[in-house]
Parts: sequence; C-alpha cells; structure tokens
Amino acid sequence: MTALMRPALELSGVSRSFGAVRALSGVTLTIEAGKCLGLVGHNGAGKSTLMNILAGALRPDQGTLLFDGQTMDNVTVASAQKLGVRCVFQELSLCPNLTVAENARVLHPSIKGLGWRKRAGKLIGDMLDRIFPGHDIKPDALAADLSIGRRQMVEIARAFTVTDGGQLRLVILDEPTSSLDATTARQLLAFVREEIRTGVSCILISHMLGEVLDYSDQIAVMKNGQLVATGPVSDFDRQSLVDLMSGGEHPDRGVHARAAHKFENAPIAVRAERAGRGLPFIARHGEVIGLAGLAGHGQTEFLVSVYDAAKKSRSEIHVDGEVCFVAGDRQSDGVFPLWSIADNIAVNSLRVLRNRGLLARSLEHALAQKWGSVMNIKAPSLEDEILSLSGGNQQKALFARALATTSSVVLMDDPMRGVDIGTKLDVYDIIAKEAAEGRSFVWYTTEFEELEYCDRIYVFQNGRIVSELAGDEITEVGVIGSSFKDSNAA
Amino acid sequence: MTDIALNQSRWHFSNWPVWLWSFLGALIVWVASFSLAGQGASGMLVAALSFAVFTVLVGLGQMFVITLGPGNVDLSIPATIGLASAVAMKVMDGQNSLILFGLLAALVCGLAIGGFNYMLIRLLRIPPIVATLSASFIIQSVGISYGRGLQIKPPAALTDFTFSRIIGVPVLTIAAVILSVIAWLVLNKTIYGRTVSAVGQNPRAAHFAGLSVERTRLLTYLMSGVLAALCGALLAAFSGGSSLSMGKEYLLTSIAVVVLGGTSVAGGRANVPGLWGGALFLFMVSTLLNTAGFGSGLRDVLTGLIIVIAIALAGSRSASR
Repeated sequence: MTALMRPALELSGVSRSFGAVRALSGVTLTIEAGKCLGLVGHNGAGKSTLMNILAGALRPDQGTLLFDGQTMDNVTVASAQKLGVRCVFQELSLCPNLTVAENARVLHPSIKGLGWRKRAGKLIGDMLDRIFPGHDIKPDALAADLSIGRRQMVEIARAFTVTDGGQLRLVILDEPTSSLDATTARQLLAFVREEIRTGVSCILISHMLGEVLDYSDQIAVMKNGQLVATGPVSDFDRQSLVDLMSGGEHPDRGVHARAAHKFENAPIAVRAERAGRGLPFIARHGEVIGLAGLAGHGQTEFLVSVYDAAKKSRSEIHVDGEVCFVAGDRQSDGVFPLWSIADNIAVNSLRVLRNRGLLARSLEHALAQKWGSVMNIKAPSLEDEILSLSGGNQQKALFARALATTSSVVLMDDPMRGVDIGTKLDVYDIIAKEAAEGRSFVWYTTEFEELEYCDRIYVFQNGRIVSELAGDEITEVGVIGSSFKDSNAA
Repeated sequence: MTDIALNQSRWHFSNWPVWLWSFLGALIVWVASFSLAGQGASGMLVAALSFAVFTVLVGLGQMFVITLGPGNVDLSIPATIGLASAVAMKVMDGQNSLILFGLLAALVCGLAIGGFNYMLIRLLRIPPIVATLSASFIIQSVGISYGRGLQIKPPAALTDFTFSRIIGVPVLTIAAVILSVIAWLVLNKTIYGRTVSAVGQNPRAAHFAGLSVERTRLLTYLMSGVLAALCGALLAAFSGGSSLSMGKEYLLTSIAVVVLGGTSVAGGRANVPGLWGGALFLFMVSTLLNTAGFGSGLRDVLTGLIIVIAIALAGSRSASR
C-alpha cells in the first residue's frame, strides 16, 4: 500500500514564457500514484502549457520535474511515452487518412511483421470494448470518416493501450468529454476510476465542474499561469471553484458601465431562434448585446450566420435593416493590405459614393476624412498605406469602415484583440454614442471588462446559447458560472 | 549617402509608374530592330499596333481574372478563340449582311464558356487553373466536331475593316484603346472593379465588407470569355479564316502581357496601360528575333526566357517595396 502513496510526479517551480507572455510561473504540484487530479481554470490560465510540458512537447524555462523520484531533464515526447505518460489532447491528434488500427500502431512501434494490422486492430478494439461497451467503431474504419465524438473515443482508448511489458503511469485527459455525449462520458469517467485503482495516475482537465468534483481525488485551480489553490476534492464546491477561477472578484459595475436603459419597447433589430441551439436571441435597436462564454464556443459562427442572414434571408434568423461586420482577426477578415487607409474605410460604403454611376474620389475622401477623425486615426495622411498604421489604428480603421455605413446592426467579432487600452476607451465611448442614436451592436468579446459595456449578454456553450444575463447579473462570476454549466443540466 | 539622396528624388526610377517599364522595353527593342534591319521603323510600329490589339483584348480579360487572386487564371482563352472564330465564320458564311449575327454568336459562345468555367469552379469546387484547362479540352472537342470541313472565308467587309486605318492608325487599334479606357474606368471607378481588387487581396474580408464576391467572380470569367471570343472573331477576319489552333500562342502571351504590364500575379492590383507596353514589347521582341534570322524554335526559347527574366525582375521590384 505504501507504494501507492508515493508521488508519481512532482513539479517544482515550473515556469514557461512565450515571448513576453508568461504562460506558467512557478507551478509546484504533486500528483500521487493512484490518484486523479482535477485541473480547472479559465481559457489561457496555463493548463494546456502545463500539460504539454508533462507530455514532453514543451520544455520549461525554469523548474524541475521529478518522475518517480528521479529528476527528468530533457523530456521528449518519446521519453515521456516510454515512462508511461499518455496524453489525450483537446485538439484531436489522430491521422485522418489512417484507419483506427493504423492510428493505434503509430503509438506502438513494437507491433510489426506480418499481420500487424490485425494485431493493432485487436489491441484498440479490445480497449474500446473495455472503456465504451457497446460502441460501434470498427478498427478498419478511416479516422476521417468517424464523427468527432467517435474520434475522441478512439483517441482515449488508444491512450490506454499498452504493449510488450510497457506500463501506464500517468494519463492526462484534456477536455475528454467535450465532444462525448452524457452516456459515453460516464463510461469513460467510470473506467478512469477503475484504472486508478490499479495505481495509474490521472490528470483530468475539464470545464465541466461537476465532472471534476465527482471523479477527482484532488483539485488544482489555475489562474494567469499560476496555481491559486490545491487540495483534496472535499475542500471545494462549484461556487468556490468559480470564485477561485475568476480571482474571487465581484467587481462593481464600473463607472464606465452603461446606465440601465429600458429597451422593452424598442423595435427588434435581430431575432434568432435556431433549432437545437439553446435560448432565442433578440437584439433591439439601440441595444449593446454581448456574446460571452469560453472562446470558440460558437460566438463567431453565430455572428457570421447573422451577417449572412441579412444578405440572404433565412427562416431562423431575421434581421431588420443592414448589417456590417467588424473583424477581430484583422489580417484574415478585415484589412485590404494593398489599399490606402481611405480606401479601406470607404470599401463598405461604395454604393453611396458614386456620382453618375462612377465612384467619386472626392466623396470617398470626405467619408474617410469624417470617420477617420471621429475614430481619431493617427496617420499623416489617409492616403497612406493601411499597413503603415499600428495594429490598434488599423483596428480603428475597421471600426471607421463599419460606422461609416448606414447599417443599423454592427456585428463585432472580438474586435479589440491586441488593441491598446487608450484605443479601447475611445471605441467604447463611440459605441455608447452610436447606440444612443439607435444602432444595435452585437459584440463577441473574450474580455470580461467589455461585457460591462453591454446592456444584455448571451452566454454560449458548445454552439448553444445557455443563458441570458442583464444589468446587474453581468458579473465575472455570473458569466463563468453560466459558461461552466454542465451541458446535461442546461 | 548618394543612394538615399537618389531614392528621395522624385525622378528616381523607383518612383516611375510600373507600366512605364514595359513601354521602355518595347522602345528599346524597336530601336534595336530597325537599326539592325536598317529600315522599316514605321511599318514595324503599325504592325505592332495591329497585332497588339489581339493580345490586349485577351490580356484585358486575363488581367481581371488574375487580379481575382492566387490561383485565378483563365487557361481556356486559346480554345475559346478557336471555337468562337469557327462559330463566327460559320454564321457569317462569307456574307457581309451576316457580320453582326456572326459577332453576336461569337460573343454568346464566349459567355457560355465563361459561365461554364465559373460553374466548374464554383459548383464542383475545382481550382480555376484545372477547371479552365479541362474546359479547354471540352471546348476544343466541340470545336473539332463543329468546325469540320473547309475553312470558311470571312466576309470581305469585315476583313477590310480589320485592315482599315484612320490617319495611318489601324481602326482596330483605336477601338482597342477605347476599350482599354473603358476597362480602366471599370477597374477604378466602379464597385465591380473595386470588388475585383478586394477579392484579389482577401476574399473573406471582401465578403465581410459587404461586397458580392461570387457575383464578381462570375462576371470576371464571363468577361474573359467574351473578350477571347471577340478576339477570335476579329483574328479570323484579320488572318483570312478561322482555325482551331489559331489561339494557341495566346495562352502564354495573355498571361505574359498581364505580368509584364505590372499587374500583380498575387492578385489585387491591376494595370491597364502596362498591357499595351507588354503587348508591344512582345511583338517587337519576336520581330527582332525574326530580323536577326533566328529559327522559330530558337525564337520560342528566347521569348520564353525574356518573359521569365521580366517576371523575375517584376517580382524583385515588388518585393523590395
């Protein structure tokens, strides 16, 4: 029994930076053999970096890793593998052009000689049977042909397979249940508990707090690259986890927050009722609506579908008036690099810049000049190339492009990414002013502070709208609480 | 120090408009050829202006297509020229009264080919380079079964028209210059032209800026088809009859004049005046090589080399910007 109590893995003072960004700073953590550690934290808290270090995919800048009491230097993916560390990554890592059996073989070079396909197939098939009884995955199926949930199942099963006296010591599961339905998720978690009884350790990273609380022995909470709390699972509950992740802040609505407006009587600008996508969405004229939730949970897709619906009407989404789009990813969605600042501002308003059918330079200049000065774009001349501007000023030009249109709805796709604080404050003021004049803003943002500028927010999870918050309910705690709602409870 | 001073000078060559280079090249080669031959300077110029018309016609279409961005190119131009010339000559049947119908039939043929190209690209999601290349095989086969039989002579009035001059300048050249001015206006002064440039830089951003990306792509391939068809009909009249392989040389030249003229191969930036410089330059080069007595094989090799060098120079120029 004492053998089971020794630590399987000890981290001390592990730090890692990417350029100026400190992804991990001084993480000290012990994972005991035969225990499951639940790791929680908001997007960008450093969980994935930590996991990549354990898997040998990244080197720490500082700190030491002790595996089984031995110092590990120069961990590589291969050596971590040999030590019995397995990872199930969030971004699935199966080769799409290979079959399930062939993908299993990739992990086990010892399977070779005639009939290797059959043996690899049996290995993975047996493991799938053990973890997910009743599954319908064939070993000779092409990975690309499987649904994302089935690919996830194969990925998980593969991580638990061992050959030739190899052993399993530590399995790291990053959001393993995010694409599994409730039944298979429960099968997996039950299997993990069973494996743990044989001495294997497990790190479970999940945004489903219920899962973490039910299936872990210990919990570690990360925030901004640091460990903010560790302890046995009995020390935590859902509320305390949410508080810890958000730093225990219950900020007052700042002085800059929008005064409570009444919009019940304003006409509806956007109405979206998407089947199977959660709550209905409504934006009224003059309202600033925030789209919240964890990054990449369908907010951008929603904005794009509203944008497309305004051009080509759809049954599920109705838009009153014209829409315009402020890109967050400037390079791929916004800027025309060969054009001047003025051309970039005018491009969405060309229809009204014509004189006897032909585009008139003078009209374009006047429009660019007007909105360039409203947005306070800092450039010697608006005829300069757009790429001569700093990132923040390019973003201002994109805002100017949107505001210069006659659109009644402005869709914003996390447009403040990488924008300095001065520019942000300018833009917040302009949004408030434009909203007061009747424009509606639908604003996807990954920053909590920006949600405070919104009248109402919708929280997204897995492509669905899971809750709606208004006025005083818009707090960091409220948003995180809704973002982490277990999907079967929603 | 002097370098910096030169670069800042207004008259430094780095500040010259891009299209000037192709004209400069044409001028140098022209001077070289008639000095070599010792005569025929003006005759060569008139011939160059006549032949440039056909290159410019297909070049205009190709220029819009290439400006749509990476991967966009119309390789069906030679086949379109071949089929449209056959259709035009057959409909005209050598009669002056049927000229308009013949031209119209050729244009419809060009429209159909452009639409077919776009359909392959859009509906079947085939890359344009493959779509237009495979379309040209289909067009050629249609042309072979359609144009079977004797070569039909063009109506006399049309042939006369292609050779007529006003104050020594070929009428076709004047018409092509007018068409080029219209193309310049379309490119710079219409929403369609602005959209072509925007799509060429970033189709996703163009979509989010409220521009109709797909309609613009369709119009561009239609236009390229129509211009190639017009070129085919006029070329048949000019050269005394249609032939399916008549457009062969326009595969490379249509792309070469676009690039020589300063249009960006990566898309987003087009240059109409440069097309004329490029077309004149190419004609002068082949005349020079002729005068110098090179065989047709060597001529092709040298033409190819010159184009490669010019494109490489154009590339380094834009890279250093």
